[in-house]
Amino acid sequence: MDILTYLIPASLILGGVGLAAFFWALKDRQFDDPQGDANRILKPDWEDHPKP
Amino acid sequence: MACLDHATPMACPACAVVPSAERLAAMAVPQQARLMLSLPTAHCAACMSVVEGGLEAEPGVRSARVNLTLRRVSVDADDGVTAARLISVLAKLGFEAHELDAGLLSATETDRQGQDLLMRLGVAGFAMMNVMLLSVAVWSGAEDATRQMFHWISAIIALPTVAFAGQPFFRSAWASLKARRLGMDVPISLALILASGMSLFETLMGGEHAYFDAAVSLTFFLLAGRYLDHRTRAVARSAAEELAALEVPRASVLRGGVEAVLPLADVAVGDLVRVRPGGRMPVDGVVTDGSSEVDRSLLTGESLPCYAGPGSMVSAGEVNLTGPLTLRVVAAGRDSSLHRMADLVAVAESAKTRYTSLAERAARLYSPLVHILSFSAFGFWMWQTGGDVRFAINISAAVLIITCPCALGLAVPAVVTAASGKLFRKGLLIKHGTALERLAEVDTVVFDKTGTLTLGRPEPVGLADHAPDALAVAVALAGASSHPLASALAGQGIRPATVTGLREVPGYGVEGQWLGRTVRLGRADWVGAPPLAVTATYLALNGTTHAFAFTDRLRPGADVAVAALLAQGKRIILLSGDAGGAVAEMAARLGITDWTAGALPAQKAARVAELTAQGHKVLMVGDGLNDTAALVAAHVSISPASALDAARVASDIVLLGQDMAPIADAVRIAGQARRRIKENFAISAIYNVVAVPLALVGLATPLAAALAMSLSSVTVSLNALRLR
Repeated sequence: MDILTYLIPASLILGGVGLAAFFWALKDRQFDDPQGDANRILKPDWEDHPKP
Repeated sequence: MACLDHATPMACPACAVVPSAERLAAMAVPQQARLMLSLPTAHCAACMSVVEGGLEAEPGVRSARVNLTLRRVSVDADDGVTAARLISVLAKLGFEAHELDAGLLSATETDRQGQDLLMRLGVAGFAMMNVMLLSVAVWSGAEDATRQMFHWISAIIALPTVAFAGQPFFRSAWASLKARRLGMDVPISLALILASGMSLFETLMGGEHAYFDAAVSLTFFLLAGRYLDHRTRAVARSAAEELAALEVPRASVLRGGVEAVLPLADVAVGDLVRVRPGGRMPVDGVVTDGSSEVDRSLLTGESLPCYAGPGSMVSAGEVNLTGPLTLRVVAAGRDSSLHRMADLVAVAESAKTRYTSLAERAARLYSPLVHILSFSAFGFWMWQTGGDVRFAINISAAVLIITCPCALGLAVPAVVTAASGKLFRKGLLIKHGTALERLAEVDTVVFDKTGTLTLGRPEPVGLADHAPDALAVAVALAGASSHPLASALAGQGIRPATVTGLREVPGYGVEGQWLGRTVRLGRADWVGAPPLAVTATYLALNGTTHAFAFTDRLRPGADVAVAALLAQGKRIILLSGDAGGAVAEMAARLGITDWTAGALPAQKAARVAELTAQGHKVLMVGDGLNDTAALVAAHVSISPASALDAARVASDIVLLGQDMAPIADAVRIAGQARRRIKENFAISAIYNVVAVPLALVGLATPLAAALAMSLSSVTVSLNALRLR
């Protein structure tokens, strides 16, 4: 059972990393236009300077 | 539950119209124009490139970005760039566009409430994953110190999560308690608090059952439902409410001989206002100078333009067709006929909010039942065990958790989201929360004619009956005018004759010289022709007169929509303010047998009210100010995006594209959605019927609670997705 002392913190930290990534994505407006972003990668023309 | 308190975003349309107009006027001189256009027909990657590329090629436009989820494009441009110009650019590219009120841009883009809900959802999701993982160990038989440790770790994760993520429920429960009501959020909050508190107590006492996982997953599922609900409404609200027509809020006022463009709020009675041909009257007024023809179709439904010269009265919302007019303002802003009509709407609107949705009916039944069950379980076990408070609270908390409306909270939002998404893709915006449910009950459909079934654009008929000479001369004369009848005639691709000395007489017609003789095209009395019963323009040539009759062009998909609705067994009625001949012809073309012509606005509303009194559920489809009262009186209403502000505000659903065919689909999808909602209620009821007795007798372990909750939520969501 000693393994739990490592595994539980590890799982919590990994989950925390996921949560932090989610917060970052939220702040970065990545959920504003899910349909548009999905289609944007299929755009026939390429861009030198992708828009923010 | 959010879906239960469907607060109308605009309880008073008049209030909603006025600030929007003021906002627009305030940004009349923007420093750096940030324009928003709605793009109802954009749907793919290629559309995005075409729109963005096309707009960015336009001088003055710095950047354009399409948001495909909301179907809109935001344009960053210099001052000189107007929305009207961009709309015409997009029209050339093949995209229909409408201007959106960019004043609300900041409010819609940084949609704080939505972001907030999403963040809480993320936190609850994270916590649920971890706590569930720990709970698996407990369910599979961890004991003593291990179980104790797992409970403590769960508590450390779950308690802050519930406190943070559950805030929307606590707040709304507190609000409804203060208003002395028992909303759905009261049992939810009670369950959350009781479950967390009791679990903490059990953990402290080293007990066997802790419901941390249930408390956290309950928060997660309910937040998911609330987020879906919020998202559906935010999309509809931002687009539908802000489809603001630009021409209304500004007027060009003559003061001291100088013409200045002012916001409507600054126009006073007695001012002189100039209206260019093609412009919409911003105020009610008397014509002091100039003569022209005005199109009243939005107000009265008449498709025939009327003459306006010095001394005639015009009302806000009418369109000036041929010559420039100067008006002396009789009423502006709030007093104009446009706003008086909007006020009428506000009065009638309150009736509509009285509709109780399926979810509200369910909540009314459900809320007291849950509390009674939970408290009687507490009382029974107190008596049975002879005062074991801990055990009794345990049971009553379990009952609250099991019955807590996870599935119920998802049942309506999931279906409504799926259905509105489907309709949005077809070009229909659902503005009102209960509109779909009401649409499903419809058995009678009332159509307006001008601007709704037709585009309000004339089309010449029977051209082949005219002598080629007369036709060629008429087309040549028509080419000199921008009058809608003239442009329709000129646009037929007929070779014009050589007519010289063309001169437009505003309000009357066009005059010119052909083979040395004077020829005229215009009003019947001006050319000396006997007037026809239908819309027509007249040609005087060599002492004889020719009449060119017009019919209104049918809106694309109108015949499909009518046929499909008839096939669904709906009764269809055509109510028009137009003259009898035109309406009869249109009714015959579409196969509508029940029609009324020359209906006044009040008569339209009365007819709808009469149908309602007979027990029919009426769907009203209309666009004009004359339909507004009827739109409000109807059980549910649809208006096209080209409709007047007041009409759009009054209606529950807005048709974004030109095509009318989606209306029939909408009725079908709404029926399906209603069935799915009822099925979802049945599914959650079955889960409750099975699980509640278990909880009441004290057999509900945390594992059973978690299973019932997850299973019912997932089945309900999957059922919602079955919508076609």
